[in-house]
Amino acid sequence: MNPIPYHWQYLPLLIQIVVAFGLGTSMILGSRFVGRHRNSKTKLAAYECGVEAVGDARGRFSVRYYMVAMLFILFDVEAVFMMPWAVIYRKLPEITGSRFFGFWEMIVYLGFVAVGIFYIVRKGILDWSLDKADL
Amino acid sequence: MSPLSCYLLVAALLFAVGLAGALTRRNAILVLIGIELMLNAANLNLIAFWRYGPHPEALTGLMFAVFSIAVAAAEAAVGLGLVISIYRHLRTVDLDEISRMKG
Amino acid sequence: MNTDLLRILPETILVVAGILVMLIDASLPPRAQRRGLIWVAAPGTMLALWASLIQLRLDPGTAFFGAVETSPFTIFFHVLICGIVLVALLLAYDTLPRDSHHQGEFYALVLFGASGMCLLTGAVELLVVFIALEISSISTYILAGYRKHTGKGPEAAIKYFLLGSFATGFLLYGIALIFGATGSTQIYEVAHKAASAQNHTFIVLALMLMLVGILFKVSAAPFHVWTPDVYEGAPSPVVALLSTAPKAAAFALLLRVLYQMLPDLRSLWMPLLWVIAAASMTIGNLAALRQQNVKRMLAYSSIAHAGYLLAAFAGLADKGIAAAAFYIAAYAAMNVGIFAVVTLISGYDEHLPLVADFRGVLYRSPLLGSLLIFFLISLIGIPFTGGFFGKFYSFSAAVGGGAVVLAIIGLLNSGVAAAYYVRLAVTVAQKPENGMSQAALPVPQIGVAVGAALLFTVGATLWLGIAPEPILRAAENAAHALQ
Repeated sequence: MNPIPYHWQYLPLLIQIVVAFGLGTSMILGSRFVGRHRNSKTKLAAYECGVEAVGDARGRFSVRYYMVAMLFILFDVEAVFMMPWAVIYRKLPEITGSRFFGFWEMIVYLGFVAVGIFYIVRKGILDWSLDKADL
Repeated sequence: MSPLSCYLLVAALLFAVGLAGALTRRNAILVLIGIELMLNAANLNLIAFWRYGPHPEALTGLMFAVFSIAVAAAEAAVGLGLVISIYRHLRTVDLDEISRMKG
Repeated sequence: MNTDLLRILPETILVVAGILVMLIDASLPPRAQRRGLIWVAAPGTMLALWASLIQLRLDPGTAFFGAVETSPFTIFFHVLICGIVLVALLLAYDTLPRDSHHQGEFYALVLFGASGMCLLTGAVELLVVFIALEISSISTYILAGYRKHTGKGPEAAIKYFLLGSFATGFLLYGIALIFGATGSTQIYEVAHKAASAQNHTFIVLALMLMLVGILFKVSAAPFHVWTPDVYEGAPSPVVALLSTAPKAAAFALLLRVLYQMLPDLRSLWMPLLWVIAAASMTIGNLAALRQQNVKRMLAYSSIAHAGYLLAAFAGLADKGIAAAAFYIAAYAAMNVGIFAVVTLISGYDEHLPLVADFRGVLYRSPLLGSLLIFFLISLIGIPFTGGFFGKFYSFSAAVGGGAVVLAIIGLLNSGVAAAYYVRLAVTVAQKPENGMSQAALPVPQIGVAVGAALLFTVGATLWLGIAPEPILRAAENAAHALQ
């Protein structure tokens, strides 16, 4: 039996959280109380390499950002399936009774992914210069 | 409380939070987030049952969770696509304003 | 060939055909017409249908470590789904706008959806059930929003999507609890473990959650709110598909979960389905009475038909399953048929959506008018049509299972339903008003593809009404395979 009670395993995590928050808050509060604040117009202006902010930070993005984000989610998750496959790849001949079963399974799977990529590229979703209203 | 029931409790709470979000929110994206929470509650259940179940060496629960995450991602992608397409027409993602068909 | 691969041959063919459509669609120049892709999609579906029939020669059994099954039950539904998809493809070929550049997507999504539906009927592993259900659902979500340039299309799609994923969450949670209660996700093993389980609390809870997910897909009463909006907003050829094929697949899943996975809990789920069946019929029919829009009316009528079908679940195993399977076939034939006719009459863009707009159709186009009346007769359930035998078997199964009151509620409901079906039929047969714009309306053109689709549905509806024995025998074989 494990001598340490189950929930105590999370103790280091708790300590880390406390330390992280403590450090952050103490720094901010410390500079607030200890430091001197004298804001003048020159001091608040963008300095040398800085650029004057224009417009609203919540401007609208091109719809292409969303397209690429969605595609990223899909291909990102597709890669997950390769992990369990890679873990048991060497055992697959025993389990399935065929030497190349696992190999061809992954080829077929990658084929599906490749068809998806081909389709996306040909439909011009990744072409940022193309301005089609009808996506 | 045993670890398994802790996980089940968390999953049940997560499901309840997702359910409440999906039912009360009017913004399509927030409803979608609620639904994703419900799916993830089920994933948490699957993993917990697998880990503390009689056969942790068979990866049933884990694999189920991986597949359901992939399916949820596909669903989210389709959902966001639909939200964009409706935003282009009506300039809103508020479900009450979207709903025009009645009867 | 490997028997494992033979057992998923129809699904494989559908997926390969779908991928071919996608590849050709992407290879064509952006402005080229995509209509010709039907020559990949339709033969692919026919090939899948043929492959399902080939599977009759295989011994019933499972493949891929007990993940999918081939049996007379799965073959019955495979053939049914492939038939529906074929008709929907032919209908879409003639009615989708010819200059649309999205037809390739349409055909590919229909094929992918069909593969998911076929897989769902054969899945005996809850993981495959979940994935197959999602393949079919996600495809149909997108198809529902196919008319994305009208306000209604995206609205229908997003309603269908949000409510559908909501139901999926319940289904997945239920599956997780089943896994927790029995330690397995293989339906036979679950059935085995559940039969010997001491404590049923978890399994009962899991069943309830799964039922929410499945009953949503078949649009049964408390979970039906999406149906009218989706049917109104989706293009009619898509509605012809999604009012029948996904429902057939979902009913197959419902039969499998109830009769194969948890038959011992019959005393629990039977009363529940009794209530849901009665509620679906009554709510569907009463709401349909008030509808002015033809598609909304047919949507509520399809909710009522789900109720008639669920009445069969009150029956004992052999009779109940056979009656339900037969009803699905009959319902699919007439419902696809009536939506095909409605598509032709009111047009793809639906310039004539209301019941009042259908006035005088019989004079404008005698063929379409009489076909519409024929399908309405079948929906009412008058003898010599598929609808009659569907209701007959369903209600007699219910009586056989001791649910006499449910059968009586069903009969009363059929009477109520006749009111709005007859109202539409009478409107169709009325003389058009003199000098009105009606006369100026063009006569709908019936192309070769749509003609074949109509012929097929009329033939199937008549066949099921005049000589139902072969289909009934197939349904009985399917029922035996499930036990």
